Amino acid sequence: MKLHTTVAALCLFAAGTAAQAADPNLGRNLAATCANCHGTNGKALAAPGSGLEPLAGVPKATTLQKLIDFRNGDKPASIMHQIAKGYTDAQLELIAAYFAAQK
Amino acid sequence: MMLMKRRDFLKAGAAATALAGLYGCAGAGKSGGHVVVVGGGYGGATVAKYLRMWSEGAVQVTLIERNPSFISCPISNLVIGGTKTMADITVSYDNLKSKWGVRVVQDEVLTVDTGKRTISLQAGGTLAYDRLVLSPGIDFMWDEIPGLKPAAAQNQILHAWKAGPQTVALRKQLEEMKDGGVYALAVPKAPYRCPPGPYERACLVADYFKKHKPKSKVVILDANEDVQSKKPLFTKAWNDLYKGIIDYRNNSEVKDVEVASKTAVLEFDKFQADVLNVVPPHRAGQIAAQAGLKLINNRWVDIDWLTMESTNTPGVHVIGDAIFPAPTMPKSGHMANQHAKVAAAAIINLLAGEAPNPSPVVMNTCYSFVDAKNVIHVASVHQYDAATRTVQPVKGAGGVSAARNELEGKVALGWAKNIWADMLA
Repeated sequence: MKLHTTVAALCLFAAGTAAQAADPNLGRNLAATCANCHGTNGKALAAPGSGLEPLAGVPKATTLQKLIDFRNGDKPASIMHQIAKGYTDAQLELIAAYFAAQK
Repeated sequence: MMLMKRRDFLKAGAAATALAGLYGCAGAGKSGGHVVVVGGGYGGATVAKYLRMWSEGAVQVTLIERNPSFISCPISNLVIGGTKTMADITVSYDNLKSKWGVRVVQDEVLTVDTGKRTISLQAGGTLAYDRLVLSPGIDFMWDEIPGLKPAAAQNQILHAWKAGPQTVALRKQLEEMKDGGVYALAVPKAPYRCPPGPYERACLVADYFKKHKPKSKVVILDANEDVQSKKPLFTKAWNDLYKGIIDYRNNSEVKDVEVASKTAVLEFDKFQADVLNVVPPHRAGQIAAQAGLKLINNRWVDIDWLTMESTNTPGVHVIGDAIFPAPTMPKSGHMANQHAKVAAAAIINLLAGEAPNPSPVVMNTCYSFVDAKNVIHVASVHQYDAATRTVQPVKGAGGVSAARNELEGKVALGWAKNIWADMLA
């Protein structure tokens, strides 16, 4: 059991160090945290007056700039300024890239 | 039968993998397997859909749910307040079946045999799984309010803390109450499902009284020392909108009830109401204890935050309100949906002999109506921290609304529409 735990820990460590570059699902997993409001894979359903925007197919640079502006307080928001601060630069980039790739 | 064969095949595969190391540090690949999900709420429905979607149909999913349709707790306070109907908060499981290929079984799980990896069903028979996801929500600790133990008592003193027939019944009690009556809402000690929920309910009942029964009162009997969520915003709403209607009483734990007279029994006092609404303390859905999962405080399931897997029972993942929460994490439908995605990603990796994502992130937003149109929110983001082996709230992120506003009333309804689709469409 202890051996298994050690082996698992080593595997996790290896996966952890390579994850940012290698894990093809990291962007997918991060973008899924947005789906509650912005729809599965960024395909938001219309909600009049809510400002909940679809993100699927939006160019990466556009989404990334919005997220950075929210985070820095340069773009007014009801809630996104608070949420964008919870993610690292690398994570925001992965999220924007994932949504850009959705048809 | 076919599922059993698949499972045997996987077992053989898993044994081979074990020789090469527990997770094998394997490369990418999509492996099948059969996952049984217990409970079709915010957590269970989401994990069922995401397992099918992310595995591109490779993972077989059976969802066991006791109710014929999904009924949402979030937004149900608007039904109690009278501005929404049950139809507005009810969503079919049909798309999970037809669009995503989830096998949805309307039944009740009686037992879990974690050794044999099977569950038994009330309708009869057993079902084998490679991995099990329990999203059982909460069960009430009736022993804590002895007068409420008989089923008949539970039909008179309502909780309406699981959306469904109780939601309708509470609305009916409020409609039948005479003008000049008192509605009392007992809030259990934290942690409980939906921290701002009781205060939102108080607002929406008060809004109804203000318009239709202006001599009536709302009394909040809170077992806690203070308002548990969005305190300044709720307090401001009570002062601005419901002065003389809402009476908030802290440290007022309801220990028992006298059913016939609708009286709440407190430690040193009693309080009689015309409509008494008691939310009893709760714990993880009973099936978690039955399965032998490690519970913290004998109430909430201890899980590994990389996989949402029980810390003492491999192969059983638990999500939603039933888990022992990470620091500052609320028990909410939104959070259950986020747990579900961490679990789905981890299960697909584990079935393929790969390590789970080492850095899961979850976030929460919770919108509360303070009247039929104005809303206040609280938000947070939680990132996995390897040192503490849990998800920690990101400092400086998250927060609450600057003030109640109608724009967020529209956002709240848009949130509901989108999260229900994220789970079920």
